[in-house]
Amino acid sequence: MTGRARVFGNDINTDYIITSRRKRESLDPAVLRVYLFEEIDPRFAATMEAGDVIVAGKNFGCGSAMEVAVTAVLGAGIRAVVARSFSRTYYRNAVNNGLLPVECDTGGISEGDMLAIGEGEVRNETTGVILPVAPLQEIMQQIVSAGGLVPYMKRHGDFRL
Amino acid sequence: MAGKTISEKILSAKAGVDARAGDVVVCAVDCAMGTDGSAPMAIDYFEAMGGRTVRDAARMVLALDHYAPAPNRAIAVLHQRLREFAGQFGIELWDVGEGIGHQLMVESGRALPGGLVVGADSHAVTYGALNAFATGIGSSDLAAILICGRLWLRVPESIKVNLEGQLPRGVYAKDAALALAAALGADGAVYQALEFGGRGVGALDMDDRLVLSNFAVEMGAKNGIFPADARTREYLDSRAHQDFEAVEADADARYAREVALDLDALSPQVALPHRVDRVEPLAQAAGTPVQMVYLGTCTGGRVKDFHEARDVLKAGGGVARGVQLVVTPASRAVMETLAQDGTLADFVAMGAVIVTPGCGSCCGSCGAIPGDGVNVISTANRNFKGRMGNSDAFIYLASPASCAAAAVRGAITDPREIEA
Repeated sequence: MTGRARVFGNDINTDYIITSRRKRESLDPAVLRVYLFEEIDPRFAATMEAGDVIVAGKNFGCGSAMEVAVTAVLGAGIRAVVARSFSRTYYRNAVNNGLLPVECDTGGISEGDMLAIGEGEVRNETTGVILPVAPLQEIMQQIVSAGGLVPYMKRHGDFRL
Repeated sequence: MAGKTISEKILSAKAGVDARAGDVVVCAVDCAMGTDGSAPMAIDYFEAMGGRTVRDAARMVLALDHYAPAPNRAIAVLHQRLREFAGQFGIELWDVGEGIGHQLMVESGRALPGGLVVGADSHAVTYGALNAFATGIGSSDLAAILICGRLWLRVPESIKVNLEGQLPRGVYAKDAALALAAALGADGAVYQALEFGGRGVGALDMDDRLVLSNFAVEMGAKNGIFPADARTREYLDSRAHQDFEAVEADADARYAREVALDLDALSPQVALPHRVDRVEPLAQAAGTPVQMVYLGTCTGGRVKDFHEARDVLKAGGGVARGVQLVVTPASRAVMETLAQDGTLADFVAMGAVIVTPGCGSCCGSCGAIPGDGVNVISTANRNFKGRMGNSDAFIYLASPASCAAAAVRGAITDPREIEA
């Protein structure tokens, strides 16, 4: 998976990803994607392209556990978020919806860098730097491999360790 | 082998294995709550997963709290759908006006010591005050629990928070929570548990503990759990419908680290816009003008909170001109108590706007929305930009007494200057 880095800072909460007040009108990712990151920059969503990679610092997705903060990102065609760390609820919701959460040191990634996300590493094709990535724990790997919790539960009907 | 933390013990019991921090386990869930903010998506996931029956409806509950009452047609229709789903599967539903799901989970005795109690909302951590392993989940996790009654969890390392002393006059649990957020930072406990302990626990009543547990997630914590004691049993005496077994940590339990919080040394605190951990002693922000004061939420919407605020307001001669005071009890039971003891009448007489019990203005989903450029001081737990429905408002977080003092003066004020 290769995509253009769209870089954010630390402690990006879910209200900044998609503000709660937009949920009053719709839960449809195709509608909500237009409002992604509007509290940070109202013009940002229009510049997002399918395949972009969200890059952030520490504690990405903190605050509310609302799952639209993941589905709206997927609705914009984003398939991976690379962050130094995630809030645990965002991490879970990402895994459950097949949005790949990638944890690594993102300090050296700049806006627009081309990132190749591979097995156990993120390669910054713009700078040549290779960032090691901790592997997903087994159950999360299984859910991601299944394509998310919906196909996983359809197949198994329960959690299997 | 070292002993276990409270979290390790509860998750071991719920998974039926000897679990340690770092292990991933599949646990039986004692109770799961969904709100009108999360349950509509959970029903979508449930149907997409092929769910046809609910595994154990008695362990499930739905709360219509984020949009109370429904502010528009789209939400009214979502509410209808939740009522139909609850009726179809025999799930208890707390309808509009009953209050905030988290408050009702503790009031109703659904959150019990030693239990694994989850909510599809980040502030489910609140029930840790009752010695439950309580944590927030998403809508998809809730859907899976509806189907199989289970949840996978990574057993967290724990940070031991040693509480010492007792809160001085004019200083409240909210001030302690803000001080802790300042000490740990918004990501200070990511993937970890907070386990409260120390001699200071005994001096905190259940309402105080609920505030500290509620705030755990603002430091990124998975849960914020207290030991159970006589106060816990007293609180549950009239509420618990089943037996429970309190869980305590082993003396040689292993902690990621320990932090001390000296309650005696605390002063009133305030979190400045737009970060929960941008905390300073309230005195440093004194004089900041305030146009809206919000009393409510799962952090600061209980009877004790309103009594503290009312006392300051009365001592100070009421609400300053130009200040909108919004009162939103956390539950109908809280509102009934305030009605019976005259507190509600006091607020009405002071010109307060009284809003249906529920989440109210906290996340801009319903209730009063602040105007452009307005400074709000609130008893809530989050002050993110746009949080209350307007990106051009500025939210300060403080104790109920500090919020009331700001309402009296129209500016941030140390409540100890006013309290009788």
